[in-house]
Amino acid sequence: MFVPADPAPSQRPPVSSDNHSGEFTGLPDTEARLEAVGYLPSTSIATTTYLADRLAKPVLVEGPAGVGKTELAKAVAAAKNARLVRLQCYEGLDEAKALYEWNYSKQLLRIQAAQGSDRVWEQTHEDIFSREFLLTRPLLEAISVDTPTVLLIDEIDKVDFEFEALLLEILSDFQVTIPELGTVAAVHQPYVVLTSNSTRELSEALKRRCLFLHIDYPEVEREKAIVMAKVPEVPEALADQLVRVVRSLRNLELKKSPSISESLDWARTLMALGYDSLNSEVAISTLNVVLKYQADLDKAIKHLDVPPDPSLN
Amino acid sequence: MPQITPPDPTLQGLQARLLDFHHALRDAGVGVAISDGMDAMRATTHIDLLDREVFREALAATLTSAPSHRVAFDTLFDIYFPRTHALPGEEEAPAGTPGAPDGPPLEPMAFLSDLIAQLMEGDDAALRRMAQEAVGQFGRVENADGSNSYFAYRVYRHFNLRGLLRRLLQEAGIEDQDDLVSRLAADEFEARLRRFREEIDAEIRRRQVESRGAEAIARRAVRPLPEDVDFFSITADEQAHMRRAVRPLARKLATRLAVKRKRARDGTFDIRRTLRRSLGTGGVPIDPAFKSRKIHRPELILICDVSGSVAAFAKFTLMFTHALQGQFSKVRSFAFIDTVDEVTHLFEDGDFGRGMARMTDEADLVWLDGHSDYGHAFEVFAQRYATAVTARSTVLVLGDARNNYRAANVWALKEIATKAKRTFWLNPEPALQWDSGDSIARDYAAVCDQMVECRNLGQLAEFVEQIA
Repeated sequence: MFVPADPAPSQRPPVSSDNHSGEFTGLPDTEARLEAVGYLPSTSIATTTYLADRLAKPVLVEGPAGVGKTELAKAVAAAKNARLVRLQCYEGLDEAKALYEWNYSKQLLRIQAAQGSDRVWEQTHEDIFSREFLLTRPLLEAISVDTPTVLLIDEIDKVDFEFEALLLEILSDFQVTIPELGTVAAVHQPYVVLTSNSTRELSEALKRRCLFLHIDYPEVEREKAIVMAKVPEVPEALADQLVRVVRSLRNLELKKSPSISESLDWARTLMALGYDSLNSEVAISTLNVVLKYQADLDKAIKHLDVPPDPSLN
Repeated sequence: MPQITPPDPTLQGLQARLLDFHHALRDAGVGVAISDGMDAMRATTHIDLLDREVFREALAATLTSAPSHRVAFDTLFDIYFPRTHALPGEEEAPAGTPGAPDGPPLEPMAFLSDLIAQLMEGDDAALRRMAQEAVGQFGRVENADGSNSYFAYRVYRHFNLRGLLRRLLQEAGIEDQDDLVSRLAADEFEARLRRFREEIDAEIRRRQVESRGAEAIARRAVRPLPEDVDFFSITADEQAHMRRAVRPLARKLATRLAVKRKRARDGTFDIRRTLRRSLGTGGVPIDPAFKSRKIHRPELILICDVSGSVAAFAKFTLMFTHALQGQFSKVRSFAFIDTVDEVTHLFEDGDFGRGMARMTDEADLVWLDGHSDYGHAFEVFAQRYATAVTARSTVLVLGDARNNYRAANVWALKEIATKAKRTFWLNPEPALQWDSGDSIARDYAAVCDQMVECRNLGQLAEFVEQIA
């Protein structure tokens, strides 16, 4: 769930304030830096990403699966040269797993070690409720480190309402209250990205605290650019064709619409098989890379096979 | 009329315009909080205001909070922040100058062939110019007072878009091509024609705003938000949105009806797991574990009226049914007109359109004359499918309870309801009209746990929300 990428924060050298904070200086700068780390943003993505930095507000990213919501958070972290702290949400996620937990076993050891010595209980009690015995979880981690951080709260729509309420406090004030220790306020406000597949409606209160970004499947031109950036050996004509096929498939009612990563898989497959252009035979024989259900596959083959009938409504 | 709120003299230019825009959004149903408005104002200080797309996206990021708001947002944005010059480098058309015709009159046939050439090219700027010309040329109506009005339907009368698509396909000579290539070409032309149509609509709005002002147009231009659209007056575009929106609702309904998993702690103490956990704490059982309760997956039984009078609603109910089938362990759906038949298997392969077609062909729904007969349908259901209903099933009836003055057979529904765990009825008619004419809503409501008015997505969401 949460992989600490670095040693404990206290061991890091403090960052001096003149160290470049990684802030985006303008919209062109945002676009350029995202592109430099391999993320090709649309106007709306770049604008919202930039504004989130400027207005110091979290971004709530919604959209179908596989359009690059999580990727965006990773790209922002790379572009800002910041550390990425990721909280993967799921049903039943609670404070102990997201915020902090006391390290019981270590506390017990401490108590046992104190037995026999003449230390007073009060002293031990003080000890075992200090930072040393606190296990920080992603949320506390993200606000307590003093270096630039991107906090990714992935699939926020999976958590329960109670947990969403807990987030409200953190997202607006960037502080956490631990009863035994007091309030931990963020030294360095993290850049927060929340993603959602909109399996449920989020609360108004949460939405109000965030900038809203809806990422849809990319335009033909942008997807083509993405394919060519990620699979450079693909000839442009093939990239163009396959992106258009994928777009055509997305207009169908499918169980699972092809995402960008499936376009990339397809491009790689076609290259591996040695095709440099598409016709219906090649497309149909390799479509199983793009579509994951037999019913979808049948439908797509029928769709691509039938001579088009004008259907404009 | 006296002006009630005098304009705030400190607010000028962009700020005042933004404020008007917020109000228009609010009137259209897009909830804009005061803090959102402040964010929008702050955002404008960080971006290049001359870049219209960036400006639009900045406002969208701060002012909207759901994809379904975007259509209303874009429409209003075009009204409040219209594009005055079409594109840089393009000659500014003297658009909408009252009385003055836009350029020399065009020969319709010549214009059409020009348009086809441009559509083949697919250049956005050229398409926009063609749309502007088309509106100026064909869309104008001269009013009695000498002013002009513009109407999209007048433009479309001159070129039938579907015919245009056919001609494009012919010109491209795609019949001889590989199937895939022709499919892609057709998709491409369709997209371009859509684009052209959008440009025409935008141009007409722009001219209307020019002559009558933003406020007057804003009120009429915006369709209700997708969640508020009546199931009975839904456009093709909205139907697509609906299909997407229904799916999460179905999932939610499934979780609402299921026993909540997070209540797992209600279970009995689990010694084995507690001891294993205690290994980490030197044998001290600090973190007790509990056996989770068995979750009884709910079963759902849907009984939908699919007769002509509720055809639009039926389409929606079946869409909902279709979405539900993916979410429950067991869903059985039944459709009826004046008699009832099981249609579960028809929607199983995941193709909604084909399921609909198969239902009309294969299912046995008409008994006498094809007018809804709830009474007979319930009676047949109670006789033939009574075993489908168990103490674990939730029954959902969807229909308007207009029985064409036939026997109500409330006993049959009651029989079903007593066997089921819960019975709900979603009625697409406004509650005020229940029991008027041949509606016997209250009779049926009396034996259901609840009958709710459900004529748009908002109400459906509300229903799903409250049955927790």
